[in-house]
Amino acid sequence: MSKLTAGLKRGILDENPVFVQVLGMCPTLATSTAAINGIGMGLSVTVVLMCSNLLISLLRNVIPNKIRIPAYIGIIAAFVTVVDLFLQAFFYDSLYKALGLYIPLIVVNCIILGRAEAYASKNDPVSALFDGLGNGLGFTLALTILGAIREFLGAGSIFGLQILPENIPAIIMIMAPGGFIVLGILLAVFTHLKSRPRKESKA
Amino acid sequence: MNLLIILISSMLVNNFVLSRFLGICPFLGVSKRTDTAMGMGLAVIFVITISSAFTYMIYTFLLVPLHVEYLYNIAFILVIAALVQMLEMVIQKVSPTLYSALGVYLPLITTNCAVLGVAVLNMQEGYNLIESVVNGFAASAGFALGITLFAGVRERIADNRILRAMEGFPIAMISAGLMAIAFFGFKGLI
Repeated sequence: MSKLTAGLKRGILDENPVFVQVLGMCPTLATSTAAINGIGMGLSVTVVLMCSNLLISLLRNVIPNKIRIPAYIGIIAAFVTVVDLFLQAFFYDSLYKALGLYIPLIVVNCIILGRAEAYASKNDPVSALFDGLGNGLGFTLALTILGAIREFLGAGSIFGLQILPENIPAIIMIMAPGGFIVLGILLAVFTHLKSRPRKESKA
Repeated sequence: MNLLIILISSMLVNNFVLSRFLGICPFLGVSKRTDTAMGMGLAVIFVITISSAFTYMIYTFLLVPLHVEYLYNIAFILVIAALVQMLEMVIQKVSPTLYSALGVYLPLITTNCAVLGVAVLNMQEGYNLIESVVNGFAASAGFALGITLFAGVRERIADNRILRAMEGFPIAMISAGLMAIAFFGFKGLI
């Protein structure tokens, strides 16, 4: 059991896909215009990641080594299609329109293929499932934080709740440049926080 | 005229990297030096232009007649992966000089979301074959332009003293953000 919770913690904190490994940047930047979009994208990726990790781990002794990458991509694409159709059917107005192009693009999200190759292909199904859950939640957390900051700065609201008056916010923060700049600053803050305790332990 | 609008719109106004956030991984990963950035840009132009034509034909002549349009995602990614492999072999045989220039970048392109992004966009916009190819070329030329300019900026940054925590990705992100603001200037073109 401790191995499973360790897998969760590793994905969410120690090896956070966005803030530590800097993977999956396209959806991170593109869909974090509002906190709710970040959660939607993060959870979609989490579902795909858990399913693909589980299936790849179950099939790890069946898939020949030479064609493993196309096989993984096929499996991932199948689950992405499922999520795509699901969102289109049940969340068309709220999420599907906002995320648009980036749902089919979950296929080429390097986090998913990365976990398949680095973890699911070498471990048992249950720990692969939890590894997928941990990484997925880490991704969701990062997107939600980024989305909340950008939504607050750019639209003056958090989760659609208006906090600042209409004309104060800097709209540029929910446009493309804001994504780069906010993520850059967040990454710098994380690097700084991570490097501090290490120095103390050395001293 | 329509084609010209697609060209300008995809290349400058809706620049793939700086306003649509497609192909960020190679944009950040292969942009430390101008010459490698240019190599990557050329390889991407090459692959995307060809794959736009192929994915258009697969969609129109295979998926639509069979009424399995919802499988577009699986079909496109497999076509792109196979196409990149094939292009690599063909270039190696036909033009060793081109291969030595682009060779290293070709395998990386399969996981470049810009390739799949163009294919899906062409489908969603309902472009015909010529419009798809023009859109593919323009989008990838925009990518090449973006990554080459960005590499130039990063070369300058590399020689300067900056905060320890800002080194690497953080400062690169912020410079990309400033470049994206500059690209807003093209908004008035259309």
